[in-house]
Amino acid sequence: MKKNKKIVIIDYGAGNIQSIKFAVQRLGYEAVLSNDAEEIKNADKVIFPGVGEAGSAMRMLKSTGLDKLIPELKQPVLGICLGMQLMCNFSEEGNTQGLGIFDADVKRFANTVKVPQIGWNQITNLETHLFDSVNEGEYVYLVHSYYVPECEDEIARTEYGVKYSTALHKNNFYGVQFHPEKSSKTGEQILKNFLNIELRS
Amino acid sequence: MLTKRIIPCLDIKNGRTVKGVNFVDLRDAGDPVELAAAYAEEGADELVFLDISATEEKRKTLAKLVLDVAEQLNIPFTVGGGISSVEDVDILLKNGADKVSINSSAVKNPELINQLSEKFGSQCVVVAIDAKNVDGQWKVHLVGGKVPTDIDLFEWAKEVEQRGAGEILFTSMDHDGTKNGFANEALARLSEELNIPIIASGGAGKIEHFRDTFQKGKADAALAASVFHFREIEIGELKRQLGSAGIPMRI
Repeated sequence: MKKNKKIVIIDYGAGNIQSIKFAVQRLGYEAVLSNDAEEIKNADKVIFPGVGEAGSAMRMLKSTGLDKLIPELKQPVLGICLGMQLMCNFSEEGNTQGLGIFDADVKRFANTVKVPQIGWNQITNLETHLFDSVNEGEYVYLVHSYYVPECEDEIARTEYGVKYSTALHKNNFYGVQFHPEKSSKTGEQILKNFLNIELRS
Repeated sequence: MLTKRIIPCLDIKNGRTVKGVNFVDLRDAGDPVELAAAYAEEGADELVFLDISATEEKRKTLAKLVLDVAEQLNIPFTVGGGISSVEDVDILLKNGADKVSINSSAVKNPELINQLSEKFGSQCVVVAIDAKNVDGQWKVHLVGGKVPTDIDLFEWAKEVEQRGAGEILFTSMDHDGTKNGFANEALARLSEELNIPIIASGGAGKIEHFRDTFQKGKADAALAASVFHFREIEIGELKRQLGSAGIPMRI
C-alpha cells in the first residue's frame, strides 16, 4: 500500500534531479517531476531539490509562482542542498531573499577552509524521525559553499571550520544540506524515513 | 570531520570498461554499471568515468551510460573525456552525472569554465590538468599528456580557480603508470596556493602512496585505476589502513 504514495519532486530547472528520482525508485517508490501547482499540492510527499546559484534559482521559483506555493504546503516537504537554503530567510549568495520557512540566514564559508566543501562529512546531534536508525557520526555526501549557521530549527549538525546546521525541521518542513540520494546506505535510510513520515492531524 | 576521498577511475570505450579487471564476483567485468556498483559496495567515495572512445556515436553512448549508472549508483560520480561545450555538459548532468571533468577543451577555450560554473554551479565543474616536469618547470600537456604546451601548471591552476572551477584533478605525467607514488611536492604546492579541493592522480602503487599523498601532498582526494581494477589494492583494506594512520576516512 505504501508504494502507492504520490511523491512529487519539484522541477524548476535547477540541477540534478534525475538522481533523486532514481534514489526514490531504488526504495521501491515512483516519483513524478513536476512544476504544476495542483500536482504538487496533491502530493503525499514533496521533495524540493536545488543545485546551482541561489539568486537564479529563486528567480526561477518566482517566475512560476512556486515561491508562494511552497511555504503554503501542508504535507511533508524535504528541501535538499540549495533547496534547504532557499527555505531560509535570506542567503548571502546573490543577496537572495528566501522563502522564510526556517528562521536562518545562509552564509558563505570563510576562506580558512577550502570552498566548496566537497565530500563526506559526519552528522551529529540527530533529532526527529528523519534520522531513525541512523547512528550519530554517520557520513553523508556534501557539496556546498554556503551554510546555515546553528539555529533553533536544527536537527543535525556538521563541522567544517565552524559547527553548522546540516538538517532543519519546522512543522511539516524538513531540509538537509547533504545529498541523501548520493550518501550511500545512510542516505537511503534518511530518504526512506522521510517517505515514511506521517503527520499527526 | 570532512574525510579524504578514494576515487577509482573507470576508462570507458564505446560504453564498456576497457582495462583488464580481476573482479571475480562480477558477471561481466566490462559492464561499467556493475563495476561501479561493486566499487560503491567496497567503500569507494566517488567514481570517475573517463570516456576514451572516439566514435561519431560517442556523445549518445556516453549520455546513455550516465543514465544507466545514475539509476543504480548511490554515490557521486564524475564524467570526463572529450567534453567541450555547454550542451555536452547539460545532457550529462540532466542524465544524472554529479560533475563533469574538462581538460584540453578548457585550455583551448578557458571561457568554457566560466560558462559552465555560471550555468551549472562551480560544484559540478572539475578541471583536469595533465602536467610534466620539464627542466624543473611543471608544464601543462594536452590530449592525454601527448601534446606539450608552454603553460605553467601553477598559473593555469590559479586561473582555473578564478574562472570558477570547483575542483582540480591533477595528473602528473611523470608519475602516471610508474606505481612509484604521487607527485606530492607539486600537489602540496597546489593545495597551498589554491582554495579549492585537489584530486591527486598518477602513480598509485601501494597503500603508503595514498598515505603520503594525503599527508605530504595535502591532497583532498586520490584517484587511481589499475591498482583497483587488478585488485592489487582492495578499497576496504586501503581505507582501514589509512584510517589507522590517522587520515580521516569514511569507513
